[in-house]
Amino acid sequence: MKKGVSILTIAALAFSLASPALAQNGVMSLTGAGATFPFPIYSKWFDEYHKMKSNVQINYQSIGSGGGIRQITAGTVDFGATDGPMTDAQLAQSKVQILHIPTVLGAVVPIYNIPGVSAELNFSRDALAGIYLGTIKKWNDPAITKHNPNVRLPGENIVVVRRSDGSGTTYIWTDFLSKVSDQWKNGVGNGTSVNWPVGLGGKGNEGVSGLVKQTPNSIGYVELIYALQNNLSYGRVQNAANVFVKADLAATTAAAAGAAKSMPADFRVSITNAPGKGTYPIVSFTWLLVPTTIQDAGKKTVIKDFLKWMATDGQTYASQLGYAPLPKEVATKVIASLDKVK
Amino acid sequence: MSATTATVQRAGPAWAPRVFLRRLANGDAVAHLITLIFAAAVILITASLFYILWRDSALPRAAFGWNFLFTQTWDPVFEKFGALPFIYGTLMTSFLALLMAVPLGLGAAIFLAELAPARISDGLTFVIELLAAVPSVLYGLLGVFVVVPFVRTVVGPALENSFGVIPFFKGPGYGVSFLTAGLVLSIMIVPFIISVSREILMAVPVDQREAALSLGATRWESTWRVVVPYARSGIFGSIFLALARALGETMAVTMVIGNVPAISASILAPGYSIAAVIANEFTEATGDLYLQALVELGLVLFLLTFILNGMARLLILATTQKGTAHE
Repeated sequence: MKKGVSILTIAALAFSLASPALAQNGVMSLTGAGATFPFPIYSKWFDEYHKMKSNVQINYQSIGSGGGIRQITAGTVDFGATDGPMTDAQLAQSKVQILHIPTVLGAVVPIYNIPGVSAELNFSRDALAGIYLGTIKKWNDPAITKHNPNVRLPGENIVVVRRSDGSGTTYIWTDFLSKVSDQWKNGVGNGTSVNWPVGLGGKGNEGVSGLVKQTPNSIGYVELIYALQNNLSYGRVQNAANVFVKADLAATTAAAAGAAKSMPADFRVSITNAPGKGTYPIVSFTWLLVPTTIQDAGKKTVIKDFLKWMATDGQTYASQLGYAPLPKEVATKVIASLDKVK
Repeated sequence: MSATTATVQRAGPAWAPRVFLRRLANGDAVAHLITLIFAAAVILITASLFYILWRDSALPRAAFGWNFLFTQTWDPVFEKFGALPFIYGTLMTSFLALLMAVPLGLGAAIFLAELAPARISDGLTFVIELLAAVPSVLYGLLGVFVVVPFVRTVVGPALENSFGVIPFFKGPGYGVSFLTAGLVLSIMIVPFIISVSREILMAVPVDQREAALSLGATRWESTWRVVVPYARSGIFGSIFLALARALGETMAVTMVIGNVPAISASILAPGYSIAAVIANEFTEATGDLYLQALVELGLVLFLLTFILNGMARLLILATTQKGTAHE
């Protein structure tokens, strides 16, 4: 009996020495960590990919963009994921060269609760910036009423609600506000958490929508997917072409298509306030972070194959889960960029 | 399995483990050593916790020094960090919670220990101990769905209308506030005060009560003048256990406090606490300075708890000169 055990042990040892990524049954396992926002689509993708290639197992931990960036720069995971692109300083600090791969798009929408008002409100760029800066204090401020001529807005104080936890949603929202208001850009800036001039903080999309639902005369922002899944009504936002657009998946993808022509080679691009008539302005990519040099030949093949599948067939799963798929132009560029992974 | 045991027996002298076990069973020296190691482990864990918090907060300590404790700006974008609003929020909510929980908890404990029939007392105590085991996120939900609307529509306006001239009670009426967090915390910590205080009161020797009664004291006089003072060091102990829980509570507080890093005189205004901001911002903190500022907040909370506990010890020492029951 003792002999039997040791033979098994030696066999297992030999196996694991032969290829670190291969466990007993020849299963290749990859680890990734990062953003929580795209977690539902990522887990769907990894699951579907595993069904096609049963020898590949991809584990993803949604620990947040900050954690994703830290782990990929330290080289403790095979890939990372983030909602906001890495800064130049972060890239310079990294031990490995990192490639940003856009995967899907997310949009952020304004939600509000004004007793007696059920109409869809139009929010101009200046109105949103003013409300979140605290310079527009009442619902019947001319900056709001001007674009909502048929709605009787009350003279009540606006209760501003925003995220209390660091999040990609806040990143997109503040990125938009930075582009449309210099006062915001210089005074507050954009990030996953900022020093808010006004407002109450709710934890997560559910915290923000809960506070908005409970508090009369309030305004908040949530992910488009969250609003769609929970049947929340949300406002239209004025885009760069001065059209008031209601967010949906098509208007979200349009934002990326509009930006595709001027897309930088490393895909680190902000597409809020993008040009185009049908474009919804509060939109962003979410990215996978992949090292450009992968030592393990097996892993390299699998990662490149997965990313290629993600940019083509994988995109069909996006809209069922409420994410806007990449526009064709961008998907093509993504596939071309995979040659950089060596 | 059997193979392994055989190897061990063959490897060393056959008697060694048996002697060791016999000594452990009836040997004071061995028991002393082992329990000492366990006790030392507790100190080691505390010390290494402090060391790690200290080591991983080097950047903000160098950048801000003592200003970290006394400034009010918390700006992750421009990397300016000050902890004062969080320290204020933590102390304020815990203070409000104690203000409400201590009379309630002590009163209930006196009733259960001194006045209620044993069957009722045991039954109620079981329910109270159950309350202490409820996960804090459930108290948070209770806070969001019940306490927040209650404060917004009933308590807040009532306080503002009656005492609005005092800055303490001057709006704004969002519902999420220091007071709401204090209310939810008080519900959470009251079971600790009741259950520990009841045990302490019941441990007061019967002859103390009999002596008081024989001197002509009423039942209440005997309880309030003799039993409670006799048990006060234990009662303080229960209060500080409750305070420790209130200081570190995260989930329930962040759900009802409003998460605004500001210092307001009004207890109806929204605020923030140390534990809540760490939980909220840690996962998405990208910059090193930002992350370490959050670690330094952890260090501040650690030291705050340390100082308050030390003060509690001194208070107990100062008030237990005469013969009293210890915890």
